[in-house]
Amino acid sequence: MTIRNVLRDHGQRYRPRMACLKKAEKVVLEMQDPATGVKLQPQRLVITTIPHAITGEDIVAWLADRFQIDAQEARSFGSMLVALGYIYPIQDHKRLVVKPDASLYRFQTPYFWPTQQWPVEDTDYAIYLAKRNIRKKGILELHEQEQYNRLHKWMNHKWDFIVMQAKEQYRAAKERKKPDRVVFDCQERAYWVVHRPPPGTVSAMDYGLERLIDPNAHEVTGLAALAVLFLYFPSVWSMVTCFSLHCRLVKYCATYKGHDPFLSKCLPSNPWLTDDVTYWALNMPNVEIPTKMRVERWTFSFGELLSDPRGRDDFRLFLKKEFSGENLAFWEGCEDLKWGTAATMKEKAEQIYKTFLARGAPRWINIDGKTMEITVKGLKHPHRYVLDAAQTHIYMLMKKDSYGRYLKSPVFKETMKKAVCPEEHKFSDSQLEQNARNRRPSLSPIIIRQQEQEQKAKMAASAPVDITQVMSKLSKQGKEVPPRRTSVKND
Amino acid sequence: MACQGLQKGETLESLKRESETLKKKLEEERNKLNDVELHQVAEKVEVLSALSIKTRRVLKGHGNKVLCMDWCKDKRRMVSSSQDGKVIVWDAFTLNKEHGVPLPCTWVLACAYAPLRSLCLIMNGYLGLDNKCSVIPLSLDKNENLAAKKKSVAMHTNYVSGCSFTNSDMQLLTSSGDGTCALWDVESGQLLQSFHGHTADVLSLDLAPSETGNTFVSGGCDMKANVWDMRSGQNIQSFESHESDINCVKYYPSGDAFASASDDATCRFYDLRADREVAVYQKDSIIFGASTCDFSLSGRLLFAGYNDYTINVWDVLKGTRATILFGHENRVSRVRVSPDGTALGSASWDSTLRVSWSFSTGSNYIFRFIKLLFWVNSRLVLEFTVAF
Repeated sequence: MTIRNVLRDHGQRYRPRMACLKKAEKVVLEMQDPATGVKLQPQRLVITTIPHAITGEDIVAWLADRFQIDAQEARSFGSMLVALGYIYPIQDHKRLVVKPDASLYRFQTPYFWPTQQWPVEDTDYAIYLAKRNIRKKGILELHEQEQYNRLHKWMNHKWDFIVMQAKEQYRAAKERKKPDRVVFDCQERAYWVVHRPPPGTVSAMDYGLERLIDPNAHEVTGLAALAVLFLYFPSVWSMVTCFSLHCRLVKYCATYKGHDPFLSKCLPSNPWLTDDVTYWALNMPNVEIPTKMRVERWTFSFGELLSDPRGRDDFRLFLKKEFSGENLAFWEGCEDLKWGTAATMKEKAEQIYKTFLARGAPRWINIDGKTMEITVKGLKHPHRYVLDAAQTHIYMLMKKDSYGRYLKSPVFKETMKKAVCPEEHKFSDSQLEQNARNRRPSLSPIIIRQQEQEQKAKMAASAPVDITQVMSKLSKQGKEVPPRRTSVKND
Repeated sequence: MACQGLQKGETLESLKRESETLKKKLEEERNKLNDVELHQVAEKVEVLSALSIKTRRVLKGHGNKVLCMDWCKDKRRMVSSSQDGKVIVWDAFTLNKEHGVPLPCTWVLACAYAPLRSLCLIMNGYLGLDNKCSVIPLSLDKNENLAAKKKSVAMHTNYVSGCSFTNSDMQLLTSSGDGTCALWDVESGQLLQSFHGHTADVLSLDLAPSETGNTFVSGGCDMKANVWDMRSGQNIQSFESHESDINCVKYYPSGDAFASASDDATCRFYDLRADREVAVYQKDSIIFGASTCDFSLSGRLLFAGYNDYTINVWDVLKGTRATILFGHENRVSRVRVSPDGTALGSASWDSTLRVSWSFSTGSNYIFRFIKLLFWVNSRLVLEFTVAF
């Protein structure tokens, strides 16, 4: 039971798996290979010479060669090995990093490797601190002193045992030869720097939250595994071979490559790169004139068109001209029902039925008999997915029929013609600095949303003719808007 | 978990053997339809030109590990949560802190911005026995005590590991250490649907992009990634090929596939239609677990943050590593690409957030680079213009 357990008990006790340790051990063993490993050197102290030291540069070079990576990555990898405690620095023992120069390091003995059997016991730490205290009073650092006092308080009941152990170990150490003793002291000190790091330093042993179910335990999931298998055994077998599916992925990447700011230029310029927000201003959700790239995206798929508010507006305009706007309105109503709040769900479902599905409804949508039957039956006990069948039908109808015609329509062509293709920015250095200084905060999303709500209300109020359309829109809006709002009210 | 008692004649061993043979049969059936690997098909695709991604914004302000971050739909704001119990809303572009909400608990594990980019912000933490997920409506009033307006929505029997709004502000999906996921109604706090099937802690979830419907994927400590139908609560597909805990799952932008990042130091790519793993992103020199991943806008790049403080960028189609980003001084806990794909935000245990973007696609960079070359050679700054 560790002393530092001040968190409340939530039943989590299990350390997450640290698969990296086994892999690190393999690498370290390779490094220690006498033939192909890192070059060893003796370390000269005042009188004694201690063998088997390695330099930082050799470590980095060996890792770069072994894994075929560049020096920076090799250095980072080396530092992680040091942070885990497999290699320890001899000179600057508190900083657990690899310095790519002649600083010396040594391999930690397997006795002190971070094994699977951790957490490290506080008792051992107490013994270690006591031992150092015996050797020379006042040798402990500030944080070690604090820890010592704390452990003394908490482990008072076994303090005699601890002191006895410390004395034993100290005596045993004295009987060793000087080089061995120095090496062992270094190793032990390095071990404790890793497992009881000074405050304010990063510890690689820190693994975050513990798990509820022990991931390291032997799997006792025979029953559960069977249950899961039977659940999905006759799963979605695709009759399509992998080749065509891979082609789809490749095609998707190729289609969107021109739109990916990490792969192609952003026109006029990536705001992060040049500190100029024109790109964002031109691509606001409800901008009058969209950019050419944005309009191009609408042609990629029907989903893209619908998910872009400007695209959806354009499509709505087209449908209005074709007198089939009720399809889109119905689809939007269904989305609202599915994702909306549970309290108003029943009313919404009824409203949609009255407006779109009932016999003689003002915006009657054309769905086949079977779907209508299922929907009407479902509406007797409405739930949020009751209109799914009808929604899918209408969506497919729009996708296969209206979408294609939209792309060939004058509405779209007009939009495409008016779409703006901004010139690429070419800022000079001083202009870039100017931009950086002129960075301004943007409108808060809350304000933008308020503006959108107000605009919607205005549009609904000023739309010509269909009174029922207006009424249903208003009543739908009335459900969406939180009670505090005063902007949307009847005209 | 649907567990029935052992039938007569069955022992744990015999059931285990049976489940192993079934699994093998499943793999055989899957492999029959596998005629070619993804990277083979992608051989004809052009190689990515050298990516140069640099970090130029560092957001400092948290006092302890930053555990999670998320972008706002306006493409420049982000929210982050930290072990010091604070949730901060930043304008990453100007480095301003817009809201700061102190919470009465540590380990605020996840936070998300509501999709209608207005009112809500959620976070959760575990505090005593209440493992809750709360929603906070944001407002313009700077002096308003936002923590007081906190409204608790979800409740699990163990820590809540991940959360996400669905297509609106009104519903919330959460995943928990108790092995379940759940769908909640924000207004009433009512549980709408729960999803059982994982046999260990569920660590992350991701919703399918809108067009492709009502599914989401979750990944957990049982090494499985499960795809669920939100309507019925059923587990429709399951993928088990990782060798260790899955820390993060993320859908491919088209919704046909997803990637997962795991403690076994690999990221894997699964195709939903093919019902199998189609790529593994691993390298000898990467031995530390990946804790997070996200796709770029086109899906060509996969950014993955690792426990060795680096972010590796993978070429999704070819399976090779495009580049590696250094800079963080502790574990990278979360990477997220901004909604319009222009930048990458990363949160780390070193209490900072960093924003990185591509420098190789701006002509300005090349312009400055050439100027720098001249300076280096002649120790003079020459002004000259280059027409690109």
